[in-house]
Amino acid sequence: MKKYDVVTTLSYPKTGAMGKTGTWRIFRPILNKDKCVKCLRCWIFCPEGAIIRKEDDSVEIDYDYCKGCGICARECKVKAITMEREE
Amino acid sequence: MSLKDLPKDEYLLPGSAACPGCPATIGLRTVLKALGKKTILVVPACCTAVIESWYPNSSFNVPLLNIAFEASGAAASGIVSALKQKGRDDINVVVWAGDGGTYDIGIQAMSGAFERGTDFIYICYNNQIYSNTGIQRSGATPYGAWTTTTVGGKGEFPKDMGAIVRAHRIPYVATACISYPEDLYNKVRKAKEIRGPKYIEVLTPCPPGWRFPMDRTVEMGRLAVETGVWPLYEYENEEMTFNGISRAIFEGKYKRKPVEDWLKLQGRFSHLFKPKRDEERIKRFEKFVDDMWERFRKEFG
Amino acid sequence: MKVVVDTGNHIAALAAKLAKPDVVAAYPITPQTTIVEKIAEYVAKGEFSGDYICVESEHSAMSACIGASAAGARTFTATSAHGLLLMHEMLHWAALARLPIVMVNVNRAIGPGWTIWSDQNDSMAQRDTGWIQIYCSSNQEIFDSIIQAFKLAEHKDVQLPVMVCYDGFILSHTSMPVKVPEQKEIDDFLPKREPAWVLDPENPVTHGNIIMPKDYPSIRKAMQDAQENAKKLIPEIAKEWKERFGTYHGDLIEKYRCEDADYIILSYAALGAESKVAIDMLRKEGKKVGLARLRTFRPFPSEDILSLAENADLIVIDRSISIGFEGPLFTEVKSCLYEKSDARVYGFIAGLGGKDVRYTDIGKIVDRVIERKQDGVLWYDMEGGK
Repeated sequence: MKKYDVVTTLSYPKTGAMGKTGTWRIFRPILNKDKCVKCLRCWIFCPEGAIIRKEDDSVEIDYDYCKGCGICARECKVKAITMEREE
Repeated sequence: MSLKDLPKDEYLLPGSAACPGCPATIGLRTVLKALGKKTILVVPACCTAVIESWYPNSSFNVPLLNIAFEASGAAASGIVSALKQKGRDDINVVVWAGDGGTYDIGIQAMSGAFERGTDFIYICYNNQIYSNTGIQRSGATPYGAWTTTTVGGKGEFPKDMGAIVRAHRIPYVATACISYPEDLYNKVRKAKEIRGPKYIEVLTPCPPGWRFPMDRTVEMGRLAVETGVWPLYEYENEEMTFNGISRAIFEGKYKRKPVEDWLKLQGRFSHLFKPKRDEERIKRFEKFVDDMWERFRKEFG
Repeated sequence: MKVVVDTGNHIAALAAKLAKPDVVAAYPITPQTTIVEKIAEYVAKGEFSGDYICVESEHSAMSACIGASAAGARTFTATSAHGLLLMHEMLHWAALARLPIVMVNVNRAIGPGWTIWSDQNDSMAQRDTGWIQIYCSSNQEIFDSIIQAFKLAEHKDVQLPVMVCYDGFILSHTSMPVKVPEQKEIDDFLPKREPAWVLDPENPVTHGNIIMPKDYPSIRKAMQDAQENAKKLIPEIAKEWKERFGTYHGDLIEKYRCEDADYIILSYAALGAESKVAIDMLRKEGKKVGLARLRTFRPFPSEDILSLAENADLIVIDRSISIGFEGPLFTEVKSCLYEKSDARVYGFIAGLGGKDVRYTDIGKIVDRVIERKQDGVLWYDMEGGK
């Protein structure tokens, strides 16, 4: 990535630009892999891109950035994701 | 086409400043998957200016120019001209603007860019309010909706922006909703292949603005389509095609769910139901939706 | 090199063409209109290879220039009066984004009532936008300044937009002979733009997102530093131009018969040219008067003015008024002399809304000062005349 010398509001791409947004979470999505049918609805509807899509279309939750909105749990047709209160 | 066919590439990076449950980021992820790397975004004042996160970092992995609220159409024209001069016709120039920046303050620059035939995609993500400034009415706010500037409920109906844009006779006009990602993805892909101005308006239900729990963003969009409040269509070469459930509604094969089903779930309409049911305003809202479909049938039936 | 006799506006269009901008975005307004018409004519004849965007407003003209410039293009536009005021927001945007856009502003007074005649209130109201402002007093200076403006704006130590101003009708619609170098010579003087930053999918950057208070001042300070750099570069570029093409109009200011002067007139644009004639008249009458015509208002030539004030009192004539105070140049001249000079400074407002100011009027202004009949600010326009 090339950085420019001129001083103006130039910003560069960064994962976690606002830090670990997982700390915003009040409810934590818990994935039951046995129930997951790999439909990818949680992946496409996650506002944060915090559902990681694997090679085989299984998914994993990126708790570093998941803000805990619960869309994944609500949109899961087979109820493979449940929301639990953070400790 | 299924979700599995959508690319894994992400151009909106996790850990942004967006609210939890944000519909704009759901839309952005899908739209950027369709656009791909060779894209330049133009963003006027809107929630996305926040979603980008703070200087000197950005949550966007495509080049992005912030521009004044009313200026995106014109800025896009400038970028397109510059790229043309460089012989670069492989880069998508895309405006990503809210309904305030489209229906209201930005309509002139957008209209000008359409009239000039600028080869770009204008995407309006419509959350029906000025949400970035804290929920004020826009020209897209529905009748009866509470906002901080329509405290007793908005007294006017929204503009038909689709009709306004169609009147420019540009090659491609479409509506979409974040709850139907394949449909949105396909529309952006299609728009990419067409030369000239393209307009896509995406319904983005906003939890804090519409007053519903943040896990119901997608459901709220789906209900807007199922109740017929938000039609999904494509208008290509002056031919109208309705998509998905909207097509079934248009053809009379799907009975629209009652508009109330959508209204009742949103705190911004709660005064229509509590403390006592406001039959007159609910009826007026329903009639507005009925009339819209009637107009569609007359014009495109 | 050839000599072209044409109006200020046509000369501006010719200069813009020879600078080979990639993109021109403009909207017509009197008295700028014949510039955009001329460029349209170049396009129609195939003489202009850039992209010409006929936008739907001046706000969009500047916004399109910003988009194009951010994508790496050399950009040009032109406007006047209300058009410039409509652009105001985007003028700040262009400068803060450090985009080297070059614009002609054909000075015109502000309505209501509708007026199409010259004064400098339109561009003076843009003083704080971060743009470099150059004021011209002849068609040759218009030509030279526009091409020099691209070189200045695009210099790695500047990266700021430049506004080249001249009076509506007095210059815009008046024909004068102008020496015009060959395209090849211009190309040698003005190489292709090398953008300081660019919208490029291969190196994605976000421009203009939210900036916190701790970071914002550095963005402003960098603009100030760039204006200071421009102060040094303007004379260098003028010198190079003179060596290549023979024409020269001064550096930040043009001095005329100042050496032994007891009084020096400070003015700008067409009033500057008229003042020269007045100086010759006054000198014949044995009065030791000189002229310092400001070519740049931003950056402000404070060092030059300080040195002028060493041996002379200053007479400032503004074709502009900051309502509620006084002429903008008058204010700024006094401010840069404060605690550094004992020179007296006299302020006059003249020529608002295109009111004619002849060399004889300037002579009368000087006589008032010499006869000690003037103190504070005088609205010369109210003194009668045409």
